[in-house]
Amino acid sequence: MSVTHNTTPRDQQGSGPIFDEEEERYARAQRIEAIARWVVPIVVLALSIWLWDRVVVWNEIPHYVLPGPGLVLSTLYEDRVTLFASLLVTLQITFMALAVAIIGGVGLAVLFTQSKFAEMSFSPFAVILQVTPIVSIAPLIFIYVENRLVGLLLCAWIVAFFPILANTTLGLKSADHNLRDLMNIYKASRWQRLRFLQLPSALPYFLGGLRIAGGLALIGAVVAEYVAGTGGIGSGLAFRILEAGYRLNIPRMFAALLLIALTGIVIFATTSLISHFALRKWHESAIKRE
Amino acid sequence: MTVHDRAVLPLGARRPVLRINEVDKTFNGGVVALRRLSLTVNEGDFISLLGPSGCGKSTALRLIAGLMRPTVGRIVWEGGQGSDDLGVVFQEPTLMPWNTVAKNVWLPFRLRGQSFASVKDRIMEALALVGLEKFADSYPRELSGGMKMRVSIARALVTNPRLILMDEPFAALDEITRQKLNDDLLSLKARTGATVIFVTHSVFESVFLSDRILVMAARPGRIIKEIEVDAGYPRGIDWRTSPEYAAVARATSETLTSTLAPDEVH
Ligand SMILES: Nc1ncnc2c1ncn2[C@@H]1O[C@H](COP(=O)(O)OP(=O)(O)O)[C@@H](O)[C@H]1O
Ligand SMILES: [Mg+2]
Repeated sequence: MSVTHNTTPRDQQGSGPIFDEEEERYARAQRIEAIARWVVPIVVLALSIWLWDRVVVWNEIPHYVLPGPGLVLSTLYEDRVTLFASLLVTLQITFMALAVAIIGGVGLAVLFTQSKFAEMSFSPFAVILQVTPIVSIAPLIFIYVENRLVGLLLCAWIVAFFPILANTTLGLKSADHNLRDLMNIYKASRWQRLRFLQLPSALPYFLGGLRIAGGLALIGAVVAEYVAGTGGIGSGLAFRILEAGYRLNIPRMFAALLLIALTGIVIFATTSLISHFALRKWHESAIKRE
Repeated sequence: MTVHDRAVLPLGARRPVLRINEVDKTFNGGVVALRRLSLTVNEGDFISLLGPSGCGKSTALRLIAGLMRPTVGRIVWEGGQGSDDLGVVFQEPTLMPWNTVAKNVWLPFRLRGQSFASVKDRIMEALALVGLEKFADSYPRELSGGMKMRVSIARALVTNPRLILMDEPFAALDEITRQKLNDDLLSLKARTGATVIFVTHSVFESVFLSDRILVMAARPGRIIKEIEVDAGYPRGIDWRTSPEYAAVARATSETLTSTLAPDEVH
C-alpha cells in the first residue's frame, strides 16, 4: 500500500520569505535575551551602588553611620592583612564543615537506605538537630567543647549536613522501579544495586543538597563565631564584624560583610558549576533545549 | 557467535524451557490476579499474552521473572534456572540515563563481574542486531523512543537468554515505529532463535508476531483460549495483508470481545 501526496515545499508556496523573516526576528530576540541576561543585572547593580554613593554624598551622611562604597573598598584595602587572615579562617571552617557534612550526610543516607532500623533510630536526631536553631544550640556546644575550632566546625556541620542527608536519602530511594526490578532479575547484590543504580540516581539530588549546604555551611560558620565571641589571633570574619561594631568602625564592618557576601557567591557559583558539569551529559536539569 | 548458535528446531522437536503449573496469584487485598494459569513454553516459541488491562498479564510475567512468588502452584525451569536465563523488556525503555547505550547493554554482564572490554564484541553484536551499532556512545536522551526501545531489546538479548519476556514493549510508540519494530523483532527472532513471551493488548500485534496467542480475561485473570497461528516465519508485509492473517485476527478479536462483561463493551 502506498499513498503519495503531492506536497509543495514551503519555499515554493510563496510564503518562504515570511517564514525567514519570522525566524530571523525570533533569533534576534534570542540573541538580545542572551546578552540582557548578563547586562541587566550588572547595570542594575552598578546603578544601586552609584545611588548608594549619591545618597551618602548628597545627605552628607557621616561615615560612622553609613560609609559610601568607595570608603568600604579603601577600608578593605587598608585592612587587607587582618581581613584576609580572618577570611581564611572562615573559609577553613566552612569547607571543613562542608566536607564533613558531605561524608556524614551521604554516609548516613546510604545507611538509611540499607537498613530501615538505622533510619528509624537516627532520623529523629537528624530532624531535631535540623529544626533547632543553631544559635540556641551553639552556646551549649561552646561550653562542652574545649577546642574553639572544633566547636565552630560542629556548629557549621549541624547546619550544613541536613540538606545533604535529606536530599541524598530521597535520591537513593527514587531509583526507577523498573530498573530496580531489572536488578532483581539479574540477581544484583546489595552493593551492585547501590553502586550501579542507587548512587547514580541520587547524584542530581545530592548535588541539589550540596548547593544548599554550601551556603548553609558559611552561615553556620559565621553564626557560630558570633556566639563564640572570643577574639584574638585566628578569628574569622564574624568576629571582625563584632569587633568593628564595638569600635564603631562601620566601614570595616561593611568591608567584612562584603567579603562574606562574596564568599557566599563564590561557594554558590562553584557548587552550581560542579553540578552542571557532573550532570550535563544526561540529566534534564543540565540539558539545554533548542 | 553465541547470539546465533541457537537454531530454530522444527515444531514437535522443541524442548520445553519452562512449565507453569496451575498457578494462582492472589494479592494481599484479596484481588485474584491469576487463577489456574498453566503454560508450557517451548524453545523457539513466540507466545503472546493478549487481554484487556487488568487481566493479569504483567502479573504473569513478574511471576515468571521471579519478581514475586505464586500463591499456589509452581513455575519450573527445565534444567533449573541459571543467572542468564532471562531477558526482560518493559513498557518503558528502562535505560540508565547516566550511561551510554553500550554501557546500558553491558549491564547484565557487568552485574556478573565481566569487564566491558571482555564482552565488547557481544555488546556490539547485540547493538548491530537492533541496528544501533553507530549509537554505542550516545546517551539515551539523544535517542528517539523507538531507538531507546531497541537498546532495551539489545540489553535483553545480549546474554543470549533462554527466554525473553516483553511487557507491552511497543504500546507507547506511534503506529509507524511500532510496525517497524514488529518487523525487526521477527527478523531478530529468526536470526537468534530466541524464545519470547510477549504481552500486548493489540490483537493485530499478537497475530502478526506470535505462533501461539493466549487470550486472557479479567476478574479473575485467566487464560480462556489458546489460538495457534499456523503461519511460518519469516513474516512480513505479505503476512500482514494476507486473508489468513485477517481470519485469525477476526477470530482472536471475537474471542477477546466475548470475554468482556456486557457493561465493559462500548
Ligand atoms: N502489587 C499489586 N498489589 C495488588 N494488586 C495488584 C498488584 N499488581 C497488580 N494487581 C492487580 O492485579 C490485577 C492484574 O494486574 P496486571 O497483572 O498488572 O494486569 P495487566 O498487566 O494485564 O494490565 C489488577 O486487578 C491489578 O489491580
Ligand atoms: Mg500490564
